[in-house]
Amino acid sequence: MSADTDSVPDVMGLDHTTVSGWGRTAPTAARLIRPQTYEEAAAAVRDCGARGGIPRGLGRAYGDAAQNAGGSVLDMTGLDRVHAIDADGGTVLCDAGVSLHRLMEVLLPLGWFVPVTPGTRYVTVGGAIGADIHGKNHHVSGSFSRHVLAFELLTSDGEIRTVIPGTPLFDATAGGMGLTGVILTATIRLQPVETSLMSVDTERATDLDDLMARLAATDHRYRYSVAWIDLLARGASTGRAVLTRGDHAPLDALPARTRANPLSFRTSRFPSAPAVLPEGLLTRTTVGLFNELWYHKAPRARAGQLQRISAFFHPLDGVPHWNRVYGRGGFVQYQFVVGYGQEDALRRIVRRISERRCPSFLAVLKRFGESDPGWLSFPVPGWTLALDIPAGLPGLGAFLDELDEEVATAGGRVYLAKDARLRPELLAAMYPRLDDFRALRAELDPHGVFTSDLSRRLSL
Amino acid sequence: MKDAFGLPQSLLVLGGTSEIALATARRLIARRTRTVWLAGRPSPALEEAAGQLRGLGADVHTVAFDALDPTSHEAVLGKVFAEGDIDMVLLAFGLLGDQARDEREPEAAVRVAQTNYTGAISAGLVCARALQSQGHGSLVVMSSVAGERARRANFIYGSSKAGLDAFAQGLGDALHGTGVHVMVVRPGFVRTRMTAGLPEAPLATTPEAVATAVELGLRRRSETVWVPGALRVVMAALRHLPRGVFRRLPI
Repeated sequence: MSADTDSVPDVMGLDHTTVSGWGRTAPTAARLIRPQTYEEAAAAVRDCGARGGIPRGLGRAYGDAAQNAGGSVLDMTGLDRVHAIDADGGTVLCDAGVSLHRLMEVLLPLGWFVPVTPGTRYVTVGGAIGADIHGKNHHVSGSFSRHVLAFELLTSDGEIRTVIPGTPLFDATAGGMGLTGVILTATIRLQPVETSLMSVDTERATDLDDLMARLAATDHRYRYSVAWIDLLARGASTGRAVLTRGDHAPLDALPARTRANPLSFRTSRFPSAPAVLPEGLLTRTTVGLFNELWYHKAPRARAGQLQRISAFFHPLDGVPHWNRVYGRGGFVQYQFVVGYGQEDALRRIVRRISERRCPSFLAVLKRFGESDPGWLSFPVPGWTLALDIPAGLPGLGAFLDELDEEVATAGGRVYLAKDARLRPELLAAMYPRLDDFRALRAELDPHGVFTSDLSRRLSL
Repeated sequence: MKDAFGLPQSLLVLGGTSEIALATARRLIARRTRTVWLAGRPSPALEEAAGQLRGLGADVHTVAFDALDPTSHEAVLGKVFAEGDIDMVLLAFGLLGDQARDEREPEAAVRVAQTNYTGAISAGLVCARALQSQGHGSLVVMSSVAGERARRANFIYGSSKAGLDAFAQGLGDALHGTGVHVMVVRPGFVRTRMTAGLPEAPLATTPEAVATAVELGLRRRSETVWVPGALRVVMAALRHLPRGVFRRLPI
């Protein structure tokens, strides 16, 4: 069960658990069911009651996508078998509740890697399809659904359908936030690797224009690319950043002593963040100091550094429950994309965030490549910026509404897997296939069995 | 649904002509609220209030609700909840009464108590159950500093608010962890129709200030909100004054 659920004793005779997303805002109560078999999953869907149900994986969606007030939440992590690995062809068939962490443990020794990973390994395969996640390789590899060869979907009528790419049901489900049904299994095409290490180039950019120029000119040379931005830097250094880019290290790049065992998957784990932390730990001053250190700690330019997969892709996974540092009030993650040609909108937004002095130490800019066909899939070719902000920051709601306007005017969109606060009116402008999605859901699930707080809030 | 900042998309106001409630509704409509139910005794004032909120862009309905008729609460409020989720209930009806008259006419005093306390108990419980079966929602209860310590000038009203306040606190504890958030709001002297002509108390405030405090409280998921905030300290001191001293205070 995820860290962000709490069981409480029955009051007024209802059996419920409060559930929230990774950002820990807006918790609601639901009946939490953890099916262990496909039959139990089907029974849970059949019996989920008038307020419906929603599948949930490891609870890493920041907002309210995997909670369902007053209804059922199907914790899918009990269905976590890896069924078959084709070690020659490079595919895996597994349950939807399998985490990317588990897949890496199983696949890396065989010389295969997951095709796309977000900033955490602790997402399930079902969640990865439902949010159509992207990673640092989007400009090369697209989003997760591009690598899905098929999945089995348990729909509201209790049937299990095999869904393949190129069909409306596939495109509605990839990025469909769990609202078309419960994914039970998936077949995924894998990425071959020679080693479990990354060869990483690091460089610093002095301001936003320098950063964008470097990314635009050289991104295509790297499979993985990301830039950390210091959004508290102002004036001439607005948008200063550290670029981290690289690829899987080839065998001959390894020093002799590790070459004997090149595919070991090791991770480090620090103690958890304590359950109770004082409010207001992350202030402009503390975050400003952190950013200052982080920027200057990075080398001006360094090439070919060998890093473990966990350090390169998932640095925060080493600190369990890191989301607690934002205190009881939680935090929101704001991620948007604006298309190529809309660089001015990006500059305006970055300037506004910098001037606003949002205490954000996790701000990341990257370039998206070609989008995938998912109707509510987030990535489109362009610039995407993601930042974490404490939810208790005064006036934050109104400020983000203003940024939404900029984003929508520029033809961009925000990421539903991270959203907890978008104005519903803007959704259709951001996602032009929304009506198709609604129409398919109305036909496939006429009684609205699959319902989440996200779907209620945004009328998905 | 509420958003990450606790702001509701749908609002049910019990006491639909209350100036504090309407100031709060206006503020919430400027944020996320799109659907408003104004519950109160049918009157031109109720319709006018609805019209004003519609002018701000909200979808506003009125519903006939009488705090003094608890037997009707289940049916009346049940209908509202049957129309769709209510993200926030603002329990804002109340009578100030006329202390001098109410002391002379016990029946008038009972009316104050029945409105402010008895009516709130039944409406509060009906809404609490509905919110709990939704698994989410905020119940915001308009209490008063007058309930913190009864004073000579308005102890009939004060005692009814004391009962309401204690009820709301207990209900908040009962609902803790159910996804439902109960918030008790304790304003001091608020300049409204209700207090027109009364001598103004220190730290007097406005309906708009109460609305601001409610929005902040929702964001923080507060259990108690004082308006203005300084009253928390003032009342903490007053509550512990010896009776003999308290009695002689010019308040």
